[in-house]
Amino acid sequence: MTDLTKLSLVEARKGLAAKSFSSTELTGAYLSAIEAANPALNAYVAVTGEQALSMAKASDAKLAQGEGGALEGIPLGIKDLFGTKGVHTQAASHILDGFKPEYESTVTSNLWRDGAVMLGKLNMDEFAMGSSNETSFYGPVISPFRAESSNANLVPGGSSGGSAAAVSAWLCAAATATDTGGSIRQPAAFTGTVGIKPTYGRCSRWGVVAFASSLDQAGPIARTVEDAAVMMTSMSGFDPKDSTSAQLAVPDFAAAVERGVKGLTIGVPREYRMDGMPAEIEKLWQQGLDWLRAEGATVRDISLPHTKYALPAYYIVAPAEASSNLARYDGVKYGLRVSGKDITDMYELTRAAGFGREVKRRIMIGTYVLSAGYFDAYYVQAQKVRTLIKKDFEDAFNAGVDAILTPATPSAAFGIGDEAMAADPVKMYLNDVFTVTVNMAGLPGIAVPAGKDGQGLPLGLQLIGKPFDEETLFAAARVIERSANMDFSPKPWW
Amino acid sequence: MSVDAATVKRIGRLARIRIEDNEVATYQDELNTILGFVEQLSEVDVTGVEPMTSVTPMVLRRRDDVVTDGGYPERIVANAPLSEDNFFMVPKVIE
Repeated sequence: MTDLTKLSLVEARKGLAAKSFSSTELTGAYLSAIEAANPALNAYVAVTGEQALSMAKASDAKLAQGEGGALEGIPLGIKDLFGTKGVHTQAASHILDGFKPEYESTVTSNLWRDGAVMLGKLNMDEFAMGSSNETSFYGPVISPFRAESSNANLVPGGSSGGSAAAVSAWLCAAATATDTGGSIRQPAAFTGTVGIKPTYGRCSRWGVVAFASSLDQAGPIARTVEDAAVMMTSMSGFDPKDSTSAQLAVPDFAAAVERGVKGLTIGVPREYRMDGMPAEIEKLWQQGLDWLRAEGATVRDISLPHTKYALPAYYIVAPAEASSNLARYDGVKYGLRVSGKDITDMYELTRAAGFGREVKRRIMIGTYVLSAGYFDAYYVQAQKVRTLIKKDFEDAFNAGVDAILTPATPSAAFGIGDEAMAADPVKMYLNDVFTVTVNMAGLPGIAVPAGKDGQGLPLGLQLIGKPFDEETLFAAARVIERSANMDFSPKPWW
Repeated sequence: MSVDAATVKRIGRLARIRIEDNEVATYQDELNTILGFVEQLSEVDVTGVEPMTSVTPMVLRRRDDVVTDGGYPERIVANAPLSEDNFFMVPKVIE
């Protein structure tokens, strides 16, 4: 039998429907792959083997009757940020030690409703704060990719590094992920996978551990554009339990994938041409534009004048919201408790021991910018700049642009323990320079693999769309995927 | 604007995170690096610009003010490090 883990989600779905194999066999193949690979890659922080096999068995019963949902019997990995009832949910943090929610997040409920099988929980940067998956309490995820003729371990990107590595290394058919400043798109770009952050409000945030509530959105990471579209359709939908959930019908995103780009206008923002951008990124960008042009799109230069202020504004807004959201971890309601001489002492010792360095740093920044005397200078100013960033995009769309093409990241994946980034937090933050604007404006953005650097490492392009027009992103990303026509799978070394 | 050692300690207290004396200098450096980076926002002309309150145009939905959930205290305290009779237990706060 062929290796079932190598099938795309859509291929696996066809095989299950045709009864070429069962979900139990498919799930078993993934569980074996995880067992073999996880000691090296550290992509999963919890494997739910028994639960997976019992879900697969239930799916097989449905499939045998010719029934079942859109994801019936498909084994998925779930980022540790999603609340999963009775199952490890710790946002890869020490402070949530032992936490097993009494509820299920809306997004994962939607996936189980459609028949998906849960393989386990995926590693991530602690509380989704990071761009390299090195801030996890469970240790870094190692990328399945290595540079040609090198044994050095690389980062898979972050914060959804476990999701990206697991999808790329055939440890799940697809995965859930979340994106606050680039946490779906940057790891997707580093691992040759497809990742989409939908429009703010498209996926319910209910039951997902909160980082920065006005920026957080869930989305999928998958091996193909079509797989991502199938995942997106199941994950999306109105949820009365999330006050910012959009009351809109969910299109069949997969139906838009082969729609093409004929007649579309693609914007190219001149402010994204950064000083010192590697020539290979510039070349990739031009190549992407040529592919879209060749299929009938018009390319137009545009200006998004406030681009350079998006990252600094983000590093006020996101930590401010995080400092508020993470106030709930106090050693009383769940997770870790470190005893102290009184209750304040207990709070301070619990939080000092339970949060990692990056999380503490961001809570401190957030607390500072919200503190008396600084609120207007920092937070209010950042929210005004955010209004201007959003207006830049609105102006471009109003002038007839349908989607915007940019690089996904300023470079390919870097090494574990990169010294320059460890020494200067801002260097690490610059990873999100092309993605963070999209969160600030609440827009949808997709990262699609488009080429490789000189070392054979994947490079991605990003498409940014109008609010709730993910369909155009899937269509345009598919043109890039088809035009690139490259194998973006890693060479197994694990 | 830059933070000094006393400010680091004060922020730590506000955030309820114990900052040990030997950690202050590192936090001070890192916070000043980040604050230096965000300083450039002050050069943006925001005259007449409203601060963003919602990223998508929406009105918060309302519902009737009635109880729609609850009645399972044992599930609420199920993950507590310390609980008794469905109460969270904390160190004594009133002498």
